[in-house]
Amino acid sequence: MSKQLISVRINDELFEGEVEPRKTLADFIREDCTLTGTHLACEHGVCGACTILLDGEAVRSCLMFAVQADGASLTTLEGLAPEGGPMTPVQQGFMEHHGLQCGFCTPGFVISAHAFLRDHPDPTEEEIREGLSGNLCRCTGYQGIVRAVQRAAEITREDVTA
Amino acid sequence: MKAAPFDYAAPTEVDEALALLDEFAEDAKVLAGGQSLVPLLALRMSRFDQLVDVNRIEALRGIELVGETLVIGAMTRQATIERDEEVRRHAPLLAEATRYIGHFQIRNRGTIGGSIAHADPTAEYPAIALTLGAEVEVASVRGRRRIDAGELLESAYTTTLEPEELLLSVRVPVWGARSGFAVHEIARRTGDFALVGGAAAVTLDEADAVARAHVVLFGVADRAIRLSSLEAAIAGQPVDQLDLAELAREATAELRPPSDVQATGAYRRRVAAPLTERLLRTAFVRARRAGDPTEEAAR
Ligand SMILES: Cc1cc2nc3c(=O)[nH]c(=O)nc-3n(C[C@H](O)[C@H](O)[C@H](O)COP(=O)(O)OP(=O)(O)OC[C@H]3O[C@@H](n4cnc5c(N)ncnc54)[C@H](O)[C@@H]3O)c2cc1C
Ligand code: FES
Ligand code: FES
Repeated sequence: MSKQLISVRINDELFEGEVEPRKTLADFIREDCTLTGTHLACEHGVCGACTILLDGEAVRSCLMFAVQADGASLTTLEGLAPEGGPMTPVQQGFMEHHGLQCGFCTPGFVISAHAFLRDHPDPTEEEIREGLSGNLCRCTGYQGIVRAVQRAAEITREDVTA
Repeated sequence: MKAAPFDYAAPTEVDEALALLDEFAEDAKVLAGGQSLVPLLALRMSRFDQLVDVNRIEALRGIELVGETLVIGAMTRQATIERDEEVRRHAPLLAEATRYIGHFQIRNRGTIGGSIAHADPTAEYPAIALTLGAEVEVASVRGRRRIDAGELLESAYTTTLEPEELLLSVRVPVWGARSGFAVHEIARRTGDFALVGGAAAVTLDEADAVARAHVVLFGVADRAIRLSSLEAAIAGQPVDQLDLAELAREATAELRPPSDVQATGAYRRRVAAPLTERLLRTAFVRARRAGDPTEEAAR
């Protein structure tokens, strides 16, 4: 059960740490790297709050051990838009359309929506609902979130054609 | 909750993994996509002294057509299978079923080997392996063997794999011309495990009679099951003369599905009949279309 040395690139910054093998990647991100934008709720894969991008693909960080991410490149909520810079279309959409209330689920939704829109730039409402089915929200009732993602797709298209 | 402590090894070669599994036997566990194992560890429903992470073994990944068999490495991710052209062409049922597995975030990590080894009675891949007549190739330090899907799936969450065996690949036979497939399931929400699900694979002869049929239901017993009496009843029969509704009712009447918080056993049995009928209907339509050269060209 000895600790292992790992190095993980998160939001283009290199983090090194000594971790017990049983430490989840989510806990490593939050505790060792103090990047608390990644939230944890269920800690067993059900809610999606802990979603991050692992080498570009959306995954649940509570279902990986930090040792498994040794050498990988991650993006967390903090890495989406540079501090002080403009928000991403997804973040803008969430702001305009009340995509959040308490905000606990929001990091997971925002990351998932980024990955989803990259693969489905012009989604129908049904595709959005299916695409976000892996993230749970106890507050909003989802309508605002669906509209936020529709708006994000719209902004992205405008940006591309502009 | 957090997992109990364990030792961790991430070998890059199959032989290294086999040596570890041999050394630790019941105290070791293979870690694949982690989408089923990590929750069990986190909830402390299981604990192991040694995890053998096989994610860094390149040889366990990949999809290759070898003769009439599609060989899929155990560590091939569900998301890769969902998008793969070879899978769509040679095992379209597998591609179609993949979309029913969880959510895209789960499929980005979950693997075909993990899904089948986990043997959840409501999971899609074990049922599809059974429907298509797939085999798995497994290895231990003592050698390799192949196990038919029907022999592998023993009961809920239990396979005939030995603790020191590693699943290497899944061997999916390509079904020939005039074959059609269907998969369908009833679940409360997109991405949930099925309450009841099923899959069918059929081949028709030149006269539109049933040359071959496999019909499988999952969520109705402690593992995915083939409806052998139904398969026998339709074998050799002209498709147009089959009373599918009646056949499906008969084939599902004896089922005793489990009851849980999601649904009663009676409900599961009730929906199993129309589900089975629909599976066959869809598979027959697709088999006919697959044999029609004009349709082939249009696809
Ligand atoms: C929210 C959520 C929803 C889900 N929904 C579905 C669903 O609808 N349908 C569905 O089928 N699944 C679903 N799953 C489970 C998912 O498909 C898992 O990925 C799968 O069951 C296990 O595959 P894995 O690669 O993650 O394996 P792991 O979780 O790593 O391992 C599972 C088991 O298989 C063993 N194992 C893995 N690989 C091998 C190997 N090569 N040789 C020997 N033993 C091995 C492990 O030791 C372990 O016992 C869901 C999971 C989550 C978290
Ligand atoms: S905290 Fe990871 S899925 Fe809920
Ligand atoms: S905004 Fe509160 S859980 Fe989603």
